[in-house]
Amino acid sequence: MKIQIKNGHVIDPKNNIDSQLDVFIAAGKIVALGKAPEGFIASQTIDASNLTVCPGLVDLSARLREPGDEYKATLISELQAAVAGGVTSLACPPDTDPVLDEPGLVEMLKHRAKQLNLAHVYPLGALTRQLQGKVLSEMGELREAGCVGFSQANIAITDTQVLWRAMEYAATFGFTLFLHAEEPFLAKDGVAHDGEVASRLGLKGIPSAAEALALAGILRIAKETGARIHISRLSTAEGVDMIREAKKHGVNITCDVSANHLHLTEHDIGFFDANCHLKPPLRTQRDKDALGAGLKDGTIDAICSDHTPVDDDAKLAPFAEAEVGATGLELLLALTLKWANQEKLSLAKAIALISQSSAKILGITAGDLSVNANADICIFDANEYWEIVPSALKSQGKNTPFNGLEIAGRVKTTLVNGQVVYQSE
Amino acid sequence: MNNPQLDADGRLRHLLSIEGLPKRILNQILDTAESFVGVAEREVKKVPLLRGKTVCNLFFENSTRTRTTFEIAAKRLSADVISLNVNTSSQSKGETILDTVDNLIAMHADMFVVRHSQSGAAHFIAKHVPDHIHVINAGDGRHSHPTQGLLDMFTIRKYKPDLHNLRVAIVGDVLHSRVARSEIHALTTLGVPEVRVIAPKTLLPAQVEKLGVHVFHDMKAGLKDVDVVMMLRLQNERMNGAMLPSAQEYFKTYGLTQDKLNLAKPDAIVLHPGPMNRGVEIDSSVADGSQSVILPQVTYGIAVRMAVMAMLAGGQNPGSQAGSQA
Repeated sequence: MKIQIKNGHVIDPKNNIDSQLDVFIAAGKIVALGKAPEGFIASQTIDASNLTVCPGLVDLSARLREPGDEYKATLISELQAAVAGGVTSLACPPDTDPVLDEPGLVEMLKHRAKQLNLAHVYPLGALTRQLQGKVLSEMGELREAGCVGFSQANIAITDTQVLWRAMEYAATFGFTLFLHAEEPFLAKDGVAHDGEVASRLGLKGIPSAAEALALAGILRIAKETGARIHISRLSTAEGVDMIREAKKHGVNITCDVSANHLHLTEHDIGFFDANCHLKPPLRTQRDKDALGAGLKDGTIDAICSDHTPVDDDAKLAPFAEAEVGATGLELLLALTLKWANQEKLSLAKAIALISQSSAKILGITAGDLSVNANADICIFDANEYWEIVPSALKSQGKNTPFNGLEIAGRVKTTLVNGQVVYQSE
Repeated sequence: MNNPQLDADGRLRHLLSIEGLPKRILNQILDTAESFVGVAEREVKKVPLLRGKTVCNLFFENSTRTRTTFEIAAKRLSADVISLNVNTSSQSKGETILDTVDNLIAMHADMFVVRHSQSGAAHFIAKHVPDHIHVINAGDGRHSHPTQGLLDMFTIRKYKPDLHNLRVAIVGDVLHSRVARSEIHALTTLGVPEVRVIAPKTLLPAQVEKLGVHVFHDMKAGLKDVDVVMMLRLQNERMNGAMLPSAQEYFKTYGLTQDKLNLAKPDAIVLHPGPMNRGVEIDSSVADGSQSVILPQVTYGIAVRMAVMAMLAGGQNPGSQAGSQA
């Protein structure tokens, strides 16, 4: 199968491409940009006039809910959502049921995802068995089974000794740890940022200090052990400052922010909107501004969707009892573009934060349009406005704080391994 | 964001929290309550404003006093009253809040009085009921207890009619208190110029000053020259732990004794939402003393709850209707 993507505006941050070019694909790979290779006869032509052609997006955190939580979402529903959002590679956290602490589970997940032939799935293995924070998982075996890194999802390791050993062990083999920085005792039963809004609404707060304290511990041990750490979903201004300092001092660390936290603050909770019950909690305007600034100056490396599909019933409860999470895969591109537009950032810079950078963090070959790379491509209309209507989303999780928002940036076509896996109606 | 408590014409549709209600509505409730105070003193303690209506007390959290006063209020308005204690048992059988509410709607309930341990529960129910059904929040988690806030305002107004000239102190566990939040919003909305909160740092919510109050940790300084002292209940489970070392120490530093009360204005009044922990947050001699208006609060509570129910049920001018029955 030979495909020619015609007349599109190609953006490939890794190769510094930002111009109108044709893309030529053969046998699932990109074979040329610009001029057709000799003798190339396209069996399919995709007209990308007035559209942007960029690397398929890479998401650092998307819950697929399989195995175990199929009533919330299924592999097929979420991978369809991924490609509808232009996401062609994604990392999934290990907090499934059972948790991803067995090589067999990881193999099965990878196998099933591969058969669906939609987005590529890169599991993050459980760092400790059952995510209990006590015994290290078989990281070597899990790595062989296909894990690209190790994570505790949202569950903290309370025993500092275990955290230290986990980092030492991971550092021995060069594995990356994906950690969420939240001190569990301070965060206990908390459901919102410990500030004005939580005080007004009578919700139990999670202080900013919970992030700073956990981060201080992680950074200190990372410095000691040399472990390669990625901080998932930073939420506070203080956290951004700490990462900036750590990077300055050569700590081997990267971090991301969720698209939700670039746009929302504690005030969006309004009258107890359970769609804004997120982890970490939505924080203050000052924190939101600092996260944006951190992204711009490179302190924060990437944006993730933090896709967490929840079934409708689980959100139908008073705020604190409503399950944490929001759908995100189909909104990642538009929310990133909206932020970049507000900050007057170039399209290329914005795309890099959800493709090239995330691929680098995961250590996978994706997120660029180099010749011979897998033809994982997202074609979108940066100027087309669409309304976020939950029922129209492919994801089984329909809950989003952005319900009803008119937003620019619509995915038209997504290719994975040189095949069209999504085409907008 | 639409205010879920008001309808398109700015009239009260639900009573969920004091916050977000205009002064006009608060005064309307208090004025209407005035006309109901007399009902209890008649030989026939009833007015027919809610005849044929079904009021459903839906208590997901235990309460005796609040539930009883709502029951009495509804009965004095001639409503049919059902009281349900939906305790943990039916919730653990898997029935959700909405299932319970939907079943009662199917039985043609007209008004729900809701208490729940989670903040936002009343808002949640109000969001899901059809247009003709009204919801009254009888306490949701730490968030709000609007009828308590209103009856406290009614009581203060009885003794200190000029609210624009008052200094009020709220003392105790503000962090966990829905009563405190309702009082603060009611006082600031009605134009009380100085509202103080007095508590140790462990019992104050983050950025409490953003609610428009002055913060005191020293009770003696905080009580100086105030006109009204509003005490809060200290829950048993907070007395020993990381919040407070002991009930004894709490009483010593924040318990209201006559000595401390003497720092307030000589004619200061003392309120408490009940039930009281005598010897923990308040000394018996103060609770039963001449400055205490704790029992009048209970009496007025019924009138205020009648006023809220009557206004929600849509009596255009319930005050005059109540009067015409006299």
